[in-house]
Amino acid sequence: MALSKRKRAQVFRGVQYAILVAVIVIVAFTANWGRIADAFLDAEAAGGMFPGVLTVGLKNTVIYTALGFSFGVVLGLILALMRLSSVRVYRVLAAIYIEFFRGLPALLVILAVGTAIPLAFPGVILDKYVALMLALGIVGGAYMAETFRAGLQAVPAGQVEAARSLGMSTTKTNTWVVIPQAFKIILPPLTNELILLTKDSSLALFLGSTVDEYELTQYGRVALNQFRSLTPVLVAGVCYLIITIPLSYLSRYLERRTGGKKISSPESTGLEVAA
Amino acid sequence: MSSQVTGTASDVAVEITGLTKSFGPLQVLRGIDLRVNRGEVVCVIGPSGSGKSTLLRCVNLLEEPDGGTVIVDGVDLTDPDCDIDSARRRIGMVFQSFNLFAHLNVLNNLTIAQRKVLGRDRAAAQEIALANLERVGLSEKANSLPNQLSGGQQQRVAIARALSMDPDVMLFDEPTSALDPELVGDVLNVMRKLAIEGMTMLVVTHEMLFAREVADKVLFMDGGLIVEEGPPDQVIGDPQQERTRTFLARVLNPIGQREGDG
Repeated sequence: MALSKRKRAQVFRGVQYAILVAVIVIVAFTANWGRIADAFLDAEAAGGMFPGVLTVGLKNTVIYTALGFSFGVVLGLILALMRLSSVRVYRVLAAIYIEFFRGLPALLVILAVGTAIPLAFPGVILDKYVALMLALGIVGGAYMAETFRAGLQAVPAGQVEAARSLGMSTTKTNTWVVIPQAFKIILPPLTNELILLTKDSSLALFLGSTVDEYELTQYGRVALNQFRSLTPVLVAGVCYLIITIPLSYLSRYLERRTGGKKISSPESTGLEVAA
Repeated sequence: MSSQVTGTASDVAVEITGLTKSFGPLQVLRGIDLRVNRGEVVCVIGPSGSGKSTLLRCVNLLEEPDGGTVIVDGVDLTDPDCDIDSARRRIGMVFQSFNLFAHLNVLNNLTIAQRKVLGRDRAAAQEIALANLERVGLSEKANSLPNQLSGGQQQRVAIARALSMDPDVMLFDEPTSALDPELVGDVLNVMRKLAIEGMTMLVVTHEMLFAREVADKVLFMDGGLIVEEGPPDQVIGDPQQERTRTFLARVLNPIGQREGDG
C-alpha cells in the first residue's frame, strides 16, 4: 500500500477503537442488566453485611496477610542470602526450596500446612492465624527470595569492596551497606508481592474456621448463602480493592521516588511495534 | 635490644615477597617483591593490564594472592589464621570509582565504619569525621549525599573516610582516573598534603607529574612484573629499560604518538 508509516499507524489505532466500541455495544445490548442488578445490587443484602464485613472480614484479611508477609520477608531474606552464599550447600538448598514452593499453588500449601502440622505434632493445636502465617509465608518467601536476590545483586560490587576495605565483616557489610541499599531497589516489587498475598489470603476459607476467623472471601461466601444474593461478592470485591488499590499507588509512587523503571506510556508498548 | 627489634619491624609498613596471582589462565602477577617503608610514598605506574591494580588489591586482600606473602605492619595477611577484618582496619583504600556509600550522607559515610568496626560512640566518630572533612576541605558538605557531589569532591570524601579509621597505610587505586581533568588537581593536592604529613602511601597512578614530585620511589610494572624501580627522577626522568621508555613516551606525549601512528 502507498500509505505512509504514520498513516498506517493512525488507521490501525482507529480499527482498535472500533473493535472496542463494538464489543461494548454488543455486551450492553445482549446482557440482561435487570437480572445482574437484582443479583449484585441488593441493598438489603449489602446493608446486612455491615459492619461485620469490615470488623471481621477486612480485619482478618489484613491480619492474615500481614502475618504471612512478615514471615515471608524473613524467610525470603534468609533464602536470598543463602542463594548468594559462598557455601554451595546453602545455594543448592535455597534453589530447591524456591523452585519447589514457587511451583505449587498456594492453596495446596495452605492445605498441607493445615493438615500436616497437626499430624506431625499431635499435641499441637494449630491456630488458624499461625497456620496461615506459615503457609502464606512459605509461599510468599519463595517469591520474595528471588526479589531480594535481584535487589542484593543490584548493589554495586564497589560498595561491598569499600565496606570490606574499612574492616567490616561480611555480616556488617550486609547489615549496614548492602541491605539498606537493596531495600530501596526492592520496595516496589515487594509491594506487588504484598498485593498478591492479600489475594492469596482468601484461600484461608479452605481451612476450617470459626465465625471470628472469617476473612473477606469467606465472609462473602457465607453472606451469599444467607441472603440468597450475589451482592456479598461485590461487597467483598470492593473491600479487596480498598486494600490493593492504595498499595498499587504506593508501589508506583515508590518506584518513581526511587528512580525505578518509568511507567510506560501507550506509545511505548508492544502494540505500537505490531502496528 | 627489644626496642631495636620493634624499631626495625616498624620501619617497614608493607613487605611483599614472591606475590603471584592468576585469573583463570591469565597470570596477572608473576612474582612481585616490594617493600614500602613507614612514611614512604611509592607510586606504581605502567600500562593497563600490567597488574598494578591487582597488586594494590592484594595488599588488603581484596584479591586473594595465589602465592607469596603480604606483610603489613608485621602482620602476615596471607597466613590463613590472620583476622583479615581487623588487619584491614589499619589499611585505608581509595578506589578509582570512589565507592561512597550511596545511601548515607557524607558524615555517615565517615562514621559508619568507625562506629561499627572500631566501636567508637557517635559523638567521638563525628568529631573525627569532621576533622578529616576539614583536612580534605569539605567541611560544608557533611550533610550532602554522595550523588550531590562532584567526582572530585566524592574522591576527597572517600579519602577522608579512609583517614577516619586512622590507617597506618593508604592504598590509592588510580584515584584520579575517573575524574574530569579540572577536578584532578584538588584530589592530588589532598594526597600531596597527606604525603607531606608523613602518611605511608602506595599509589597506582597515571599522573606522572604527581609521581615525579611526591613519590619517594616509583615502580614501573609491565606484564605482571616490576620492570624497573627507583627514585622518580631515575625511573620517570631517565628510564633504563626500553619498555619503561616506550610507556613513558606514550603517556607523556600522547598526541605525538598518535601522529606517529598515522
